[in-house]
Amino acid sequence: MAKGSENIVKSTMWSAGCGSHGGCGCDIHVQDGKVVRVEGDNNHPFNLGRLCPKGLAIPQYIYHPDRVTHPLKRVGKRGEGKWERITWDEALDTIEKKLKDIREKHGAESVIFCQGTGRDIGGPITFLMYAYGSPNWVQVGLAGHACYTPRLGAMFATQGAYCVLDASQFLEKRYDSPEWTPPKYILLWAQNPAAGCFDGFFGHWIVDCMKRGSKLIVIDPRYNWFTSRAEVHLQNRPGTDGAIALGMLNVIINEGIYDKEFVEKWCYGFDELKERVQEYTPEKVEEITWVPADLLREAARLYAKNSPSAIHWGEPVDAMPAGSVVAQAINQLWAITGNIDNPGGNVIAKNSHGVTTYPFSSAELTKLYGEDLVKKLNEKRIGANDYPMIKGFRGWVQPDVLIEQMETGKPYEIKAAWIQTSNIIGGQAADPRRHYEAMKKLDFVVVVDLFQNPTSMALADIFLPATTFCEKESFRSWWQPLGVTVKAVDGVDESRSDWEINLEMAKRLATNPVKYNTVRELIDDRLKDGNTDFEKLKAKGCWEFPPEGHPTRPYYRYEKGLLRGDGQPGFDTPTGKMELYSTRYEEWGLDPLPYYEEPKESPVATPELCKKYPLILTTGRRSPVFFHSEHRMIPWLRELDPDPECEINDKTAEELGVSNGEWVYIENQRGKIKMKAKVTPTAHPKVVTAPHGWWLPETDGREPNLFSTWEYNINNLTSMGNQGKSGFGGTDYRSALCRITKVKD
Amino acid sequence: MPRNGLLIEYEYCTGCHACEVACKQEHNFSDGMCGIRVDELVTVGPDKVHVDFIPVTTRFCDLCADRTKSGESPACVKHCQAICMMYGPVTELAKAMEDKPRSLIFAPK
Repeated sequence: MAKGSENIVKSTMWSAGCGSHGGCGCDIHVQDGKVVRVEGDNNHPFNLGRLCPKGLAIPQYIYHPDRVTHPLKRVGKRGEGKWERITWDEALDTIEKKLKDIREKHGAESVIFCQGTGRDIGGPITFLMYAYGSPNWVQVGLAGHACYTPRLGAMFATQGAYCVLDASQFLEKRYDSPEWTPPKYILLWAQNPAAGCFDGFFGHWIVDCMKRGSKLIVIDPRYNWFTSRAEVHLQNRPGTDGAIALGMLNVIINEGIYDKEFVEKWCYGFDELKERVQEYTPEKVEEITWVPADLLREAARLYAKNSPSAIHWGEPVDAMPAGSVVAQAINQLWAITGNIDNPGGNVIAKNSHGVTTYPFSSAELTKLYGEDLVKKLNEKRIGANDYPMIKGFRGWVQPDVLIEQMETGKPYEIKAAWIQTSNIIGGQAADPRRHYEAMKKLDFVVVVDLFQNPTSMALADIFLPATTFCEKESFRSWWQPLGVTVKAVDGVDESRSDWEINLEMAKRLATNPVKYNTVRELIDDRLKDGNTDFEKLKAKGCWEFPPEGHPTRPYYRYEKGLLRGDGQPGFDTPTGKMELYSTRYEEWGLDPLPYYEEPKESPVATPELCKKYPLILTTGRRSPVFFHSEHRMIPWLRELDPDPECEINDKTAEELGVSNGEWVYIENQRGKIKMKAKVTPTAHPKVVTAPHGWWLPETDGREPNLFSTWEYNINNLTSMGNQGKSGFGGTDYRSALCRITKVKD
Repeated sequence: MPRNGLLIEYEYCTGCHACEVACKQEHNFSDGMCGIRVDELVTVGPDKVHVDFIPVTTRFCDLCADRTKSGESPACVKHCQAICMMYGPVTELAKAMEDKPRSLIFAPK
């Protein structure tokens, strides 16, 4: 409802602002050129009128007094917090000159292009990076590249396509679509979907399915709202999810309750998989995981015998030792039960209309930037030559290799960083102190963001002010529908959108002329793949699904010849089948079959260390009101989650003499930070769970405090250099050791 | 005028806090003020621990009089991500409650 003289602008949300990965439709209420309110668009099929707290707090985000809205240059030493306002011309001229000098002297590869996971950043940052000529696109400090890419890689290897739980999100009429049916069981694996929109999936779709009859099987070390409503809860030891998956495969295969017809016709390597999983009997899995053998059997039977059923998984899968192997094993569960691209199963997720906003694979990068360039740049991409899977799948740098290279200068030195959407030190990086030390030595650092944070404060030479989604034009094809973000108001003060900044910068730095004059031209060019343009989509209410029969629309595309380049039925893999025995893994020098790997630090692997640090630490617990390290300065949100809180089991806390709400130290051999104890029976007696990304924007931003990041950031207890054989996974974000002590003041 | 209220099927409330922020945005409430608050309820059963969330209206809830006058839902009801809130005359809500799982009715005004 528009009040008084308000004007309503329809748009598609994608951070900055709400932060998360969803693509909600919204009504932006504008009065006198200012956003006064943001509400959900009742006609948008993604969110059906709803919004999350982060989306609803956008007016406070846009007009926050601490928001940086002019370009700044550092005038003191790094970390002194002395900044001077400069013009855009001065800022861009300075950057252009510096980056051209560096390219001439050290090569374009000596500049890394660093992103976090917010905003629509994958598009603009790769655009700029390839124009400049660097191959080094990176999430700095993201140990084992543990955020979705390991799962994407495993899915690419297994079926040549990505899959998600089918909550009818690929159909206009959503839950009323006649061809859709809810999953009978949802295997909710290591995620609390109520806390956000992970990986393009609106978390509460799970609740929508529950209301329509879906039952839950939950795999999670902690009790939560979903486990309370689950028929079966496998409360496993953190870090052992791979053994759970292998045990379930064992039960389903040995009891003959897999989909025989599907496996016969569409899967490759079943006998090899069968042989491999023999050693993972439920009894052995119980020893590894703490999950009773019979409970594991029950979960496996319920999942396999009730078709359709679907798996929904979270980031901890990526962070497991050998994350890409755990993801492969879980993927095989939906393969052998035939729950692929079926209504209510794990449906194949393609970018709507074949439009690429955010490149998810090497194929998409090649489509946008040409094979020659991508191939050439691969030669110098950090980590690509060490890890064939990193080289063969997608275009990222391997972050554990990067930190070593920054320290040693081998095989070449890193000289500068363009950091856009990433609070490396205060959020993303494992072992943030190590990254801080290494990045302090860089010759030149640009930060593009909306607020100062520990990273910009410690490192930036130039700060460029970006906008929220309300102040920019963009487009979105992260799964579906295809959508556009419409600019509702001008950028506050002098802030500019990431696309505007990167296009302008690309024009100045490109070795070949950039073919777009404006962001709109670029968007329209990319939307050509969908036979549409910005204005057409805007006129339709900002979204559109692909037409009937389009290969980016479900279901059963493997039967219809809609997945492979040659138009033949089957899957887009070397064998044309779902590969239980992965020939791509084999080609990448990896074990083609899944196996279990114990965390590097655990009661099993390091019993001596465990005497000193007897509790298992699992980090990254999501808050519904924050997106990673964002939003701590937004009053409406912070009020709801004011302090960093670790969860400790009530009996464990009693033994430690810790009471609810008391400040405690969480400590291990790598560091010690402070959090408030939430003493609760929801925690396992041997497990402490902690949220990530905590810093206090209300405290001194200058060194040495850096907004208190050293005091509260749980990543100070984590490390780099534990990556799996593929280069993916194998971090201690989700399974390390720790002890809890009282803070004595 | 019938007495209006909110029916909340708290069986489905996930504790996402959308109602609270929707309320704050609608009324532009300052810190500490809100028309609704969500509390966590943890109970220990014989074989498992249960987590529920209970939204409770406060003395600042006006049932979004401005919005409902023109036929809009209250801001919390519209944005509830679990779609577990209903607005209407309490007599009708009480009837609807017959078929609902764990639920509550609030009549704040």
